[in-house]
Amino acid sequence: MKHATRWSLFAFALAGLLLIGACGKKPVPPRAQPAPPPPAPTAALTANPNAIQKNESTTLTWETTNAADVSIDGIGPVNTSGSRQVSPAESTTYRLVARGAVATQEATARVTVTAAPAPPPAPMTSLTEEQMFNQSVHDIFFDYDKYDVRADQLATLQGNAQFLSQHPAMRITIEGHCDERGSTEFNLALGDSRANSVRGALVQAGIAADRVRTISYGKEKPACTEHSEACWQQNRRGHFVYQK
Amino acid sequence: MIMRNHKVTMRSFLLAIIVSCIALPATAQDWIRTGTGLGVEKVRLAAADFKPSASDPRNEALLKAFNETLWNDLDNAGIFDMVSKSFYPLRQPAAPNEVQLGDWNSSPVSAAMLAYGSLGAAAETMTVQGWLFDVKNTVSPQILGKQYQDKPTTDAARTIAHKFADEIIFRLGGGVQGIAESKLYFVSSRTGHKEIWAMDYDGANQHAITRLASISLSPRISPDGSRVAFASISGSAWKILMHSLDLDRLVTFAAMGGANLSPAWSPDGSSIALSSSQSGDPEIYVTDNAGRNARRLTRSPGPDVSPVWNPKTGAQIAFVSGRTGYPQVYTMEADGTNVQRLTDQGYAVSPAWSPNGQFLAFSWMRKYGPGEPGAQDIYIMDIASKRWVQLTHDGGRNDFPSWSPDGRHLIFQSSRSGGEQIWTMLADGSKQKQLTTSGSNSQPNWSWK
Repeated sequence: MKHATRWSLFAFALAGLLLIGACGKKPVPPRAQPAPPPPAPTAALTANPNAIQKNESTTLTWETTNAADVSIDGIGPVNTSGSRQVSPAESTTYRLVARGAVATQEATARVTVTAAPAPPPAPMTSLTEEQMFNQSVHDIFFDYDKYDVRADQLATLQGNAQFLSQHPAMRITIEGHCDERGSTEFNLALGDSRANSVRGALVQAGIAADRVRTISYGKEKPACTEHSEACWQQNRRGHFVYQK
Repeated sequence: MIMRNHKVTMRSFLLAIIVSCIALPATAQDWIRTGTGLGVEKVRLAAADFKPSASDPRNEALLKAFNETLWNDLDNAGIFDMVSKSFYPLRQPAAPNEVQLGDWNSSPVSAAMLAYGSLGAAAETMTVQGWLFDVKNTVSPQILGKQYQDKPTTDAARTIAHKFADEIIFRLGGGVQGIAESKLYFVSSRTGHKEIWAMDYDGANQHAITRLASISLSPRISPDGSRVAFASISGSAWKILMHSLDLDRLVTFAAMGGANLSPAWSPDGSSIALSSSQSGDPEIYVTDNAGRNARRLTRSPGPDVSPVWNPKTGAQIAFVSGRTGYPQVYTMEADGTNVQRLTDQGYAVSPAWSPNGQFLAFSWMRKYGPGEPGAQDIYIMDIASKRWVQLTHDGGRNDFPSWSPDGRHLIFQSSRSGGEQIWTMLADGSKQKQLTTSGSNSQPNWSWK
């Protein structure tokens, strides 16, 4: 019972919800021992507001009981209860540690920091060619042990080709990648075939062949390193790299 | 045709071993007439610890290195029944006049052969004297008596032990040269980049060959042991590079367009087979040993990679092709004609041709595909009959087998202990042992001698 209460306390504190007052209501179990151990500390920490924009500030408020020593990470030792203004530059989880004679209690409060309101949209000329490339050009994904461009990838490929034809000075490298299964040498050859398939499709779509280099990385440079199909699919790809 | 039932195949394969041994008593030490001596009755060999021939403080460390290396070489050879040292008599000989044949040829030692000798350091010289006695021949037991001198270092003690072990193996192993002085080349990532490394056949003396800080793969040592060909990203393309071990630097190898991968030496050292995508599709080519005069051998859409020559004849090349989907192992004549498919299912890669030309070792996931996470294991196929035997069963991905010069051992990479490491085993799958532990180590290649 006592445990359950403490766990839910902890969970509530984690969620950054207001818990002040709840601590006092905790039932104290009757004790048969004449000399009970010192009571365990309690702690609560809140941030109000818990979401701010960058350069704004918020107020941390905390309250503890039965604690000899209280500190907040990033702030240092503090009184057993109190409040303070903070102005974090990025989203931060504040952690309060209350040390009692026999136990330690923690409480956390999350402050979410969002970027300041965007300045008026910059004129297009401020985006570099490379930034435009990274926004507009996407990888082409392959089926397992295959190197032909899949039907569902043709729209992406068409979009990439269109972007490249609008930027005729741009040069690119297509990296052929494979998932971690299979053998090193065969995967290098397969990755090479994948890169060449993508290159061939771009040339077919009117992109000059001398603008497009290829290299295979086989399974040497996976984008994702988990052992799952979702991850393997991310690795079976023709990756477009801007060359200027 | 490959038999469906693996157990039946194994049994008939073993039967073939037995039949061939019966049919050819003159070469009874052969393993399916391979000249390997595996799978027949082993010579019972006692190897007494060598004793110090003089009192020198360095002798203890030198003897420890020598005795360990000699024992391991003889034990690794796969052709001896090594008599445990706990059975040896208290009186152990350091010279012929100290040998009591009765101590060795009767129970509990019951050895057929005894290796023994002495080692002593004096000033800047270490002298080792070693003998091999046929302890059942009471008239003239000596088969071998050798003396070696070198600097008194543990490296030199190990080298002498390798040489003496190879002498014994040559005498008692049907005239097949030992491998204790052979080298292994492999890929290691332990510096943070995949570089080409080398080590002794027993895993000792691991050292870097290249320091390119790129990605270097697929090392292949030349038949004369003087150069290592490998594939590396160089100038943002996969190229075949050639490292001279004599000069300790790269030497010229002409670049081809596209991705150039998986070099392989012809047994006379004059030619290199490789995979190149200069046509836009990875195909097998043959060049001279400086990368010139490229001739294209395959003309089939889909990746063709990992060629290896028949080291016995130099007239055939095995390779891997994805022309029908999952990669399979094929053979062809060295001019590209007469393409034959050897494997008929799964995912088969990394062929390695046995020194006698009769077998291919390769890596195979027999059942492969989405939803069939088949194990990847090392197999041997008898090329003429296409019968195969599975050699590894112990989990992990097992790949890139390479034969020892004597055809009795295979080196390979396995992930069974976690990351990829290099393992050795006898060519019947026994005595599997891990040789590397530092970083990730892969694609081992055994020297030709």
